[in-house]
Amino acid sequence: MQKSKFSSRSRSGSLPRLFQHGDRPWRGVIILISGLVIILMLSIGGMLWVKSGGARSAFGWSFLAPTANPNWDPVNNNFQAWPFLFGTLLTSLFAILFALPIGLGIAIFLAELCPAWLRTPLTWLVELLAAIPSVVYGLWGIFIFLPQVVAPIGAFLGDTLGKVPLLGSLFTGPIPASGASRLAASLVLTIMIIPTIAAVSRDVFLAIPGSQREAAKALGATEWETIWQVLIPYGRSGILGAVILGLGRALGETMAVTMVIGNSIQGGVSLLQPGYTMASIIANEFAEAVSGLHTDSLIEIGLVLFIITLLLNIVARFLVWQVARQTPQEVRV
Amino acid sequence: MSHFAELMDRNRVSRGRQRKVANATMLSLTGLVTALALIPLFWIIGYVLIRGGKNINLDFFIHLPRPLGMTGGGVLSAIEGTLVVTFLAALFAIPPGVLAAFYAARYPNTPLGVVLRFSTDVLSGVPSIVVGLFAYSAIVVPMGHYSGLAGGAALAVIMLPTIIRTTEEMLKLVPATLREASLGLGAPEWKTSLSVLFPAASSGIVTGFLLALARAAGETAPLLMTTLGNERFDIGQIFRAGVQGHKSVFTILWSIVNQPVDSLPLALWKYAQQPYPERVQQAWAVALVLMLFVLIVNISARVWIQNRSRRMKG
Repeated sequence: MQKSKFSSRSRSGSLPRLFQHGDRPWRGVIILISGLVIILMLSIGGMLWVKSGGARSAFGWSFLAPTANPNWDPVNNNFQAWPFLFGTLLTSLFAILFALPIGLGIAIFLAELCPAWLRTPLTWLVELLAAIPSVVYGLWGIFIFLPQVVAPIGAFLGDTLGKVPLLGSLFTGPIPASGASRLAASLVLTIMIIPTIAAVSRDVFLAIPGSQREAAKALGATEWETIWQVLIPYGRSGILGAVILGLGRALGETMAVTMVIGNSIQGGVSLLQPGYTMASIIANEFAEAVSGLHTDSLIEIGLVLFIITLLLNIVARFLVWQVARQTPQEVRV
Repeated sequence: MSHFAELMDRNRVSRGRQRKVANATMLSLTGLVTALALIPLFWIIGYVLIRGGKNINLDFFIHLPRPLGMTGGGVLSAIEGTLVVTFLAALFAIPPGVLAAFYAARYPNTPLGVVLRFSTDVLSGVPSIVVGLFAYSAIVVPMGHYSGLAGGAALAVIMLPTIIRTTEEMLKLVPATLREASLGLGAPEWKTSLSVLFPAASSGIVTGFLLALARAAGETAPLLMTTLGNERFDIGQIFRAGVQGHKSVFTILWSIVNQPVDSLPLALWKYAQQPYPERVQQAWAVALVLMLFVLIVNISARVWIQNRSRRMKG
C-alpha cells in the first residue's frame, strides 16, 4: 500500500517535481541532440538527392553509364559522368593494390614482431602520415614526387608492361613529362591510405586471441607460418574491412588527387595518362559552374560518391564488428 | 639407413631450411615495408621545412597578399580566415558533439544509441568534398552568397564524428565507482554527468577537440564551395571601418563571418597551381605553417591522451 502510494505520487507529480532533479530535461536534451546528429547524416544524402534533381531528370541513368565518347560540355549543357567514375575506380583500385601489402606488412610488424619500445613511436609515425593535410601532399606531389619518382616509374612501365598485349592498354604511354597522371594519383593515394589499412588491420591482429598463436607454434609452425596460415585467415574479414575503409578514403580524397592527376577528360584507359576523378571534377569546376544543370550534375556526382562511401562504410563496420564479436572478451590480449 | 629413409631425411632437412629462409625473408620484409612507408613522411616534412623555411619571414604573417607580379606581401588574410573558420567550426561542433557523446556513452545499447553510433561512423566516412556540397546547398544557396559561416558549418560536420567518438571513449574510461559515488550521494544524473564525469574526463576530451580541430584546419575541399577565398579579408580593417561607422559589435562580428573569407589550405591550393615562382614560394611557406600547426597539435594531443589513459587505467 505504502509502495503504490509512493509510486503514484511520483508519477503524477506536479511540474516542479517533474523537473526537480533536472534529469528529464537533461535526458531530453541529449536525446534531442543525438537525434539531430542522426538527422544530419540523413539530410546530407537527402539534400544531395533533392539538389541533383535537375541532372537526374535530364540525363537519367545514362549519366552514369559507361561510354567510349563521354560528353562533358558545360556550353551545350550535356553531361556524362563516366570518365570521373572510371578515374576514381581505377586510381582507387590501384591504390588499394599497392597499399594492401604495405599496410598489412606494417600491421604484422607492429602487432607481432616489433620490440615493445619501438611499437608506440612507430605507430605514431605511421598515423602522422594520415595527419598531414591533403594539400601539402599535393604540393609535395607536384614539385617533388611526380618529377622525381612517378615520371621515371611511368616511363619504365610504359616501355615494359606497355608492350604486353591486353594488359598493355592500361600502360600505354608516354607519361607526361610533369608526371601528372592517374598513376601519380594512385601512388599518392597509396601513401595516404596506408595508415588507415595499417591501423585497422593492426587492431584486428591485436584482437586475435593468443591461444591461436600458441597452438600454431606448438605444432611447430614458424613465426611466418603462424601469421600467414593462422592469423591472417582468422582475421580475414577484419582485414577486408580495413581494405574497404581504405578504399572509402581513397574514393573521397580530393585535393591531393586534383593536384597530381592532370585533370583531363580525354585519356583513354591508361594509367599513364592524365585523368579526372569524381572528387576532383567537383573541386575544379563547382565554384565556376556556369549553369544550373552544370551545378546539378556536379552535385549528382557528389551524391554517387556519398552513396558509394556509405555502402562501403556499412560493409566495413560490419566486418570489423564481426571479428570483434567472435573474439571472446576475456582472452583478448 | 634405407635409401628411402635417407631421401626422406634429406627432404626434411631441405624443407626445414626452406621454411627458415621463408620465415626470415617474410619477417624482414614486414620491417622493410614499415621503413618504406615512413620514407614519404620524412621526405615531405623535410622538404616542407627546408623550402618553407627559406620563404618565411615576418611579412608573411602581417601583410595581405600583394597583387601578382609584386614580390613580398604575406598571407594575413588566409591566417585570419583560417582562425575565423576553425573557431566557428569548434563553436558549432563541440557543444552538440559532447552532448551526443554523453548519450552514446550512457546508453550505448538503446536503439537510439546504436543508430547514433552508426551515424557517427558514417559521418566520419563521408568525403569532405561531399560535406562541402551539403553546406553549399544548405547554407550558401539560402543565404545567397559564400561566407565564412558556411565554411565553419562544413568543417563542423567534419569535426563532429571525431568529437563524439573521442568524448565517448574518454567518458567510458572514467571509473564506474566515481559515477556511482556521485549518484549515491543524491546528485541527479545531469549533475553527475556535468560536474563529475566531464571534469574527470576533460583533459582527454579537450585532446579530442584539438585532434578534430587539427584535422579541420587542414581541410580544403569543403572550403572551395563555402568560403570561396578572399584575398582582401582583413579583420582589423573591418573593425576600424565598423568603429568609424558607429556600428555595434554584433554588426561588426556578423560582417566578419558573413562574407567570403580566405584560408591557409585554400591559399596553398591556389598558389601551388600558379605559374609564378613567387607564388609557389609562398605556397611552400603556407605549407610549412599549416603542417607545423597540424603536426604540433597532433603530437601534443597524442602525448597527452596517452598519459591520461595510462593514469586512468592504472
